[in-house]
Amino acid sequence: MSTTLQLSRRRFLQGSLGALTLAVTSGGLVTIARAADADAKKYGADSMPGGTVDDPLVFVSIAEDGTVTIVAHRAEMGTGVRTSLPMVVADEMEADWDRVRVVQAEANEARYGNQNVDGSRSMRHFLMPMRRVGAAARQMLEAAAAVRWSVPVSEVRAVRHEVIHQSSGRRLGYGELAADAARQPVPGTEQLKLKTRDDYRYIGKDQVRLVDLEAIGKGQATYGMDMRLPGMVYAVVARPPVVGGKPRRFDSEKALAVPGVVKVVEIPAFQGAPAFQPLGGVAVVARNTWAAIKGREALEIEWDDGPNGGYHSADFRETLAQASRATGKTIRDNGDAVSVWNDAAETERFAADYYIPHLAHASMEPPVATVLIKEGRAEVWTSVQNPAAAQQAVAARLKLKPEDVKVNVLLLGGGFGRKSKPDYVDEAAIVARAMPEGTPVKLVWTREDDIHHDYLHTVSAERLEAVIDQAGKVQSWLHRSAAPTIASLFAEGAKGQQLFESAMSAINMPYRIPNVRVETAEVAAHARIGWFRSVANIPHAFAAQCFIAELAHRAGKDHRQFALDLIGPPRRIDPGDMADTWNYTESPERYPYDTGRLRGVIEAACQGAKWGRELPKGHGLGLAFCYSFMSYTATVVEVAVDEKGAVRVLAVDMAMDCGPQINPERIRAQMEGGAVMGLSLALTSEITFEKGRVKQSNFHDYQVLRHNASPRVIRTHLLNDDHDLPPGGVGEPPVPPVAPALCNAIFAATGKRVRSLPVGTVT
Amino acid sequence: MTQLKINGKTRDVEVPEEMPLLWVLRDELGMTGTKFGCGMALCGACTVHLDGAPIRSCVTPASAASGREISTIEGMASDRVGQVVQQAWVEHNVAQCGYCQAGQIMTAVGLLKKTPAPTEEQIDGAMGGNICRCGTYPRIRAAIKQAAGRLAQGGE
Ligand code: FES
Ligand code: FES
Repeated sequence: MSTTLQLSRRRFLQGSLGALTLAVTSGGLVTIARAADADAKKYGADSMPGGTVDDPLVFVSIAEDGTVTIVAHRAEMGTGVRTSLPMVVADEMEADWDRVRVVQAEANEARYGNQNVDGSRSMRHFLMPMRRVGAAARQMLEAAAAVRWSVPVSEVRAVRHEVIHQSSGRRLGYGELAADAARQPVPGTEQLKLKTRDDYRYIGKDQVRLVDLEAIGKGQATYGMDMRLPGMVYAVVARPPVVGGKPRRFDSEKALAVPGVVKVVEIPAFQGAPAFQPLGGVAVVARNTWAAIKGREALEIEWDDGPNGGYHSADFRETLAQASRATGKTIRDNGDAVSVWNDAAETERFAADYYIPHLAHASMEPPVATVLIKEGRAEVWTSVQNPAAAQQAVAARLKLKPEDVKVNVLLLGGGFGRKSKPDYVDEAAIVARAMPEGTPVKLVWTREDDIHHDYLHTVSAERLEAVIDQAGKVQSWLHRSAAPTIASLFAEGAKGQQLFESAMSAINMPYRIPNVRVETAEVAAHARIGWFRSVANIPHAFAAQCFIAELAHRAGKDHRQFALDLIGPPRRIDPGDMADTWNYTESPERYPYDTGRLRGVIEAACQGAKWGRELPKGHGLGLAFCYSFMSYTATVVEVAVDEKGAVRVLAVDMAMDCGPQINPERIRAQMEGGAVMGLSLALTSEITFEKGRVKQSNFHDYQVLRHNASPRVIRTHLLNDDHDLPPGGVGEPPVPPVAPALCNAIFAATGKRVRSLPVGTVT
Repeated sequence: MTQLKINGKTRDVEVPEEMPLLWVLRDELGMTGTKFGCGMALCGACTVHLDGAPIRSCVTPASAASGREISTIEGMASDRVGQVVQQAWVEHNVAQCGYCQAGQIMTAVGLLKKTPAPTEEQIDGAMGGNICRCGTYPRIRAAIKQAAGRLAQGGE
């Protein structure tokens, strides 16, 4: 029996109503932009659909036996949010974590606030709302106890799941108080007494393990892939091998003859820009996954490849390289980098070209969704980063109201940006609609589907040009990037990176160089381009961070010292002073670019790796650093390269300053994981196209780091646990510095400069 | 009719002979602890034990497993080595998304049963077929070493 606190509702920061339109915001995120709000500049959570909600009645309920149930409203994809956000609530409300139960919210942004787990925003946007939820619940419990004892509320105090009257020693458990607390008014924000840092029980203390940890180890945790319902059928889809293609004709007779196959359903091709729409194709529905896969193999389809049938990544690489060497669109301009370059002596000029291929996310759980349509409603069980987008897609497809589509969020077996696009949920809805009403359909992507049809990380050519004088001072800097944009997902034919992409580690760089120019080239997309963990920071930081090491070498200086000199003494830069105010959608006043913090992580990573130490022949240390998602990271990689050019990563030192550390143990896990993912993309991962088709298909040819190639030592250094600072992101920032640090280490080890990823063997 | 002995219990299933054990476990028997990651013996997510040795269930036909002892992640809580390994996984907070971890644990248990005190190279060799996209490798290594130490002391 549970008594839920039931009181008037208090909402904060709810976006006002207005016409809803699908748009790419300056935040780089597809959001439902509210037209009525368009003129007022909003930052942070206020700029996100649903904003934040801090109503304790929405997030907390207490049963008579004292069990506290806390709602996790954001999806768990491996970062730990499903644990860390409820832990913040529990801490503020003085709940005993052993008596806390976490339940996962369904999609409902009006009720819970924004639910899109993307952009390293969960703690950034919900630390304070969750603290307020917990504090309000605690104060309501205290008020209820004070009434019960007829004492002033100032004489009572909540301590670890009970309220105590100090002078008399009387105590009441949370379960005993739940019903009365429910009759207390919800305190307003100004009345809340938030804990001070010294009072924290769980925040920053590493006392709490993942809520799903034991279930995961026992095989009992339920991922999207594990959904089962009575009478469920399984579907796989044969999709057009080329984006924008469609079946010219198909024959399903042989597929239908495969034992277990029950139906073949055509999925319509997308209209206009791809957005989150299915690619189209032909679905095979069967009694189990394997029969569906066999049925798909038996389909006979003749494809019309459409306009991207000529996409050939080797040729496109040339196109990008040429675009990166021609004048582009200027997006940051300080001084006159072009004249300084033109007037410089040949000996003072230095230029380099870098290349980073398409990457697939390859989360271990491929995309999967289960949909049941019944009596004018639909219910969905899936692993998605953005449940609201899934809800909207299914509602639009089935012509239902969003509130008639219930989206249950199961655990994600990884996401990394892929699962913020619910195309696979839409596919499941299309197939479910074609089945007899009430038939649950689980639509499964195989690994081949995942590698062939991902929303890929872009492909880019980066050109850096600098004038460096005799004294080793950098006089001018030009960074020109040529890469298809994510905006091409939403606007047909969109060319050239958008501000949010260019800002990431291209515009947003803090070096004291008198003449700076950043340009972007207009190149078209021939594949679906999406967000990949840390997004455009990957190519931009790779190029810029390798280039700085190259300049240091040219100047005959130590890379670390050269970088620190380039950054200069600690100062705070308004990102608006660099070109534009885009700052990961956050307010530039709240989150200035603090070069002192950047210096801090560089020094910590170098110290951890014992920078400057004597190394055996063939070994090298390399450094790189980055500001992204409001956090500062630096990495030192130690490599050994043998005489055949085989690279072995011996150790990684990763330093991060993300401001307040809420769950440090999970932050370190993200740093370790970011190091491994960064090394994967640096060493082995690459997606290539021929005739519009992805050439790779599974883990034998799309290679990711394995145990034997993973460094045995990853040291994490967490800095500056300052709870007066607003929190920075954690999930993405560890990735960008890894690849350039690796290539800088390879140079230190061998004298060979690798400017194109993946590294493979060094020749 | 195919007869399978899974975690000590006999189960009869009506499936085509060549249907991989993975899909029999997951779709026919509802044992979803064993995961699908690649379907081509490339990632290790589907690892189960056949007569005590780790195999990839995604490429093992059900008929080939018939008449042999199959153990899955669901059976590890009642396996002495399995328990110690699961406990070490918890203590090292290994999991991130956790999707690969059932397969990692099954391979690690197989390793420790055959090689109670594995060297670094033996860990690499045994675990090389299990991918973790979240990058939990250093913690897996640490957890295996801890489990090996505990087992050497005869213990829990
Ligand atoms: S699913 Fe069997 S090895 Fe990957
Ligand atoms: S923990 Fe996510 S794939 Fe291993």
